[in-house]
Amino acid sequence: MSNWPTETKYIGKSTARIDAPAKLTGQARYSSDIQAEGWLYGMILRSKWPAAKILSVNLDKARQIPGIKAAITVKDGPQTIRFYGEEIAAVAGTSKQACLDALRVIEVQAEVRHEFVVNEDEARKENSPQVWDGTANAPAPHVRETGSVNTAFPECAAVIEGFYSTPVQIHNPMETSGTTASWTAEGLTSWASTQGISSVRDGLAGSLQLEHSKVRVITEYMGGGFGAKFGAGVEGVLAAKLSKEAKAPVRLMLTRFDQALAVGNRPSSFQKIKMGATADGMLHAFEAENYGTAGLGAGGDAGGGGGGADIPMPYLYPVPNTRVKQSNVAINAGSARAFRAPGNPPASFGMESAMDDLAVKLGMDPLDLRLKNDPNEIRQREYKLGAEKFGWKQKYQKPGSSPGVVKTGIGCAGAAWPAGGGTRNTQGEAQINPDGSIEFRLGVQDIGTGTRTVIAVVAAEMLGLKPEQITVRVGDTNFPPGPGSGGSTTCPSISPTVYNICAKALEKLQAQAGIADARGENWFAACKKLGVSPLVVHGQWQQGLSSDHAGGVQFAEVEVDTETGLVTAKKIVAVHDCGLIIDKLTLESQINGGVIMGLGYALYEERVMDDLSGVVLNPNFETYKLPGLADVPEIEVVLINMPERGVIGIGEPATVPTAGAIANAVANAIGVRVCSLPITPAKILAALGKVPPFVTA
Amino acid sequence: MKNNEPQNLGAHSRRTFLKSLGTVAATAATAQVQSVAAELEKANAEKVIGQNAVPVTLKVNGGKLKLMLEPRVTLLDALRNYASLTGAKEGCDRATCGACTVLLGDTPVYSCQKLAIEAQGIEITTVEGLTKNNRLTKVQQAFLDKDALMCGYCTPGFLMSVTALLKKNPRPNAADVKHACAGNICRCGTHPRILQAALKAAGVETTAKTEIVDYV
Repeated sequence: MSNWPTETKYIGKSTARIDAPAKLTGQARYSSDIQAEGWLYGMILRSKWPAAKILSVNLDKARQIPGIKAAITVKDGPQTIRFYGEEIAAVAGTSKQACLDALRVIEVQAEVRHEFVVNEDEARKENSPQVWDGTANAPAPHVRETGSVNTAFPECAAVIEGFYSTPVQIHNPMETSGTTASWTAEGLTSWASTQGISSVRDGLAGSLQLEHSKVRVITEYMGGGFGAKFGAGVEGVLAAKLSKEAKAPVRLMLTRFDQALAVGNRPSSFQKIKMGATADGMLHAFEAENYGTAGLGAGGDAGGGGGGADIPMPYLYPVPNTRVKQSNVAINAGSARAFRAPGNPPASFGMESAMDDLAVKLGMDPLDLRLKNDPNEIRQREYKLGAEKFGWKQKYQKPGSSPGVVKTGIGCAGAAWPAGGGTRNTQGEAQINPDGSIEFRLGVQDIGTGTRTVIAVVAAEMLGLKPEQITVRVGDTNFPPGPGSGGSTTCPSISPTVYNICAKALEKLQAQAGIADARGENWFAACKKLGVSPLVVHGQWQQGLSSDHAGGVQFAEVEVDTETGLVTAKKIVAVHDCGLIIDKLTLESQINGGVIMGLGYALYEERVMDDLSGVVLNPNFETYKLPGLADVPEIEVVLINMPERGVIGIGEPATVPTAGAIANAVANAIGVRVCSLPITPAKILAALGKVPPFVTA
Repeated sequence: MKNNEPQNLGAHSRRTFLKSLGTVAATAATAQVQSVAAELEKANAEKVIGQNAVPVTLKVNGGKLKLMLEPRVTLLDALRNYASLTGAKEGCDRATCGACTVLLGDTPVYSCQKLAIEAQGIEITTVEGLTKNNRLTKVQQAFLDKDALMCGYCTPGFLMSVTALLKKNPRPNAADVKHACAGNICRCGTHPRILQAALKAAGVETTAKTEIVDYV
């Protein structure tokens, strides 16, 4: 069985991103930067009604706008519209302005349906308008039971009940979804902004009835995905069709508004939790009912999986007696998609809030309650280590006992991510040239996590070269296939694959060159002996070099201004295990990123729908708030080094516990709990009884 | 407030705007009548340009770009799509994300909110124009060293904001950097690293508080 080297030069050390110079000088070409010869702009006409039947669409006037080269409808016949922003038609033209002009003159005849529902609670009512005709918006919940909660609750020494809720969160990558498509007689090329070139290729081939071999997807650089960008998307298919009609490449990137309407989100959750423990603090009974909305359904292009509203319950802690009911509620809104650690951040928020509420009732330190109930040995170690770094014992005070107007509080929460392992069908190849240069080609993509750098670091280590000597090509379906970048699987998929390629390459090179060890200083001499033909070596993922199930815990310290209601996160200590560390620098960045996304989830982010018009009210950055530089607390990262576990992905676990830890810190500061995310000033003031409670219509 | 211009909301020229402004201003503040009248006269003398493409000359990264643009084309659109300078990114096209930030003179501006015709005559610097002789600037190098980028889509905007800050204030503190970058959004979460990189470029070394602990 193979093993990672123990003495390393690059693995586990800090290596600067090898593609940083391209990104820092504006030379990196993102999907939205592609300018294929003779390219046209593409734009989509979207429904301004949340529910309607489109009877006919007349594109004649649009086609007459100077510069317009193609105009198409999404459906040939009548179309049922189920959410505000659903795609109706698309145009392609020589300028953005021409397209805008053309969209304005498209004539749409529609029967507008005035009955629709965009609110989860309304949608659950029996007489609510049905999103899907003949189907209840909220089907009967599925129930899971262990032990007997009915007999267990009376045996508990302390029981709490809470109603914890989380909003719909929008991915909002900085680069919107979209593509440049070029469909000619030879086939279709799509320069897509995607985190799964293979899944986009398969999706396009399926939708357009093309052979897979006739579709090529290229994603050299893309501006973030977070789970929203696995599928071909309606926009990807429309761009291809426009290209075919216009006989020219079409670049169709969504607007920031479009991004909030139609290309995915994290489902909401409404978690009614009843939980009890025995006098010594052991969890004994757990009963929960959770519902949430994935929009009109998680089925719509939920590539990457996990787009549904179900969450793992009870989260992290085993309870002998449980009853859990969950249901997905359909509403007239764009469908959910996988979003960084699907299901886990809301589950962590609900369960960890309940844990702290229970600790208060038991009169226990909430950290002790966790140590008592969490069976995971690694997290036990992480809690103890983190508590020490954070100064938990010194800082902890009883909830609400912080003096003054601006109160401080601390909280903690845990994370588990069951995936994060390697994808076994990952393949790749390396071409070793007689001049000693080497190129790796893998059909994966870099979504900002540092994929190219990971490949270079592993290859440099294995071959005794420097990372900058390794040329890395990714983001092309013409290369050997790799996985989509999701589920924290990229790093544990590609690292063993590169290991395998390198091992095979050395074996072949050494045999051909007649050199016992071709690594390091012998490399160039060995390569020279190849003569005139380069050596191409194919490799694949191999077992034993990666694993899964990364976890972590986070500690948060906050300040709450009890006069304004403003919450300021002061410090986060993030303790995570991720097996063998490949590149410390990019790993830290992943954890920072997870924490900051969790901060947004905790304090700022929420998609707001208007019940009366069915419109998303904040499809932009001025009213959908993301954390800015001034909002970000001091982040201290502690990595548990466990090289014996092999490589594990970290992207998802890093964002799971942040919101729960912050919410607990807020409750610790002010002595009352804000049960719903995001924790806005209005909710703080309402919790303190300073303004009337927040009411949803 | 009527005027005799044709009803065309899409072509609300500077002249019609000033005319309508003049009516209000004249009745409201007689003291300003003369200056407004003078301004009006000047505006009326101007030739209204558009709606078709007009020649526009932009001074970008030390060179001159001669383009034919409709007057409604933004500076961002002009740079990216008419001049292939795709370094400045479009993240929102409505002055909220900062990915399109370029320098006009030494001032960072959202190029999505500036019409290209308005940007004529002023030296424009995009991210492509920072590097001289293939050497990264101090700011770029600090971003590289500190890994102040992930997907990299917001990066050109942050680079321009930090570069502008350091031109104005070579010794900024953390609060200055936060203020200078208040108009830039990042979704990957590179913020702490951007702060460290900006300070490093200003000669202040900070270390990330990261520790690797063995599991025993």
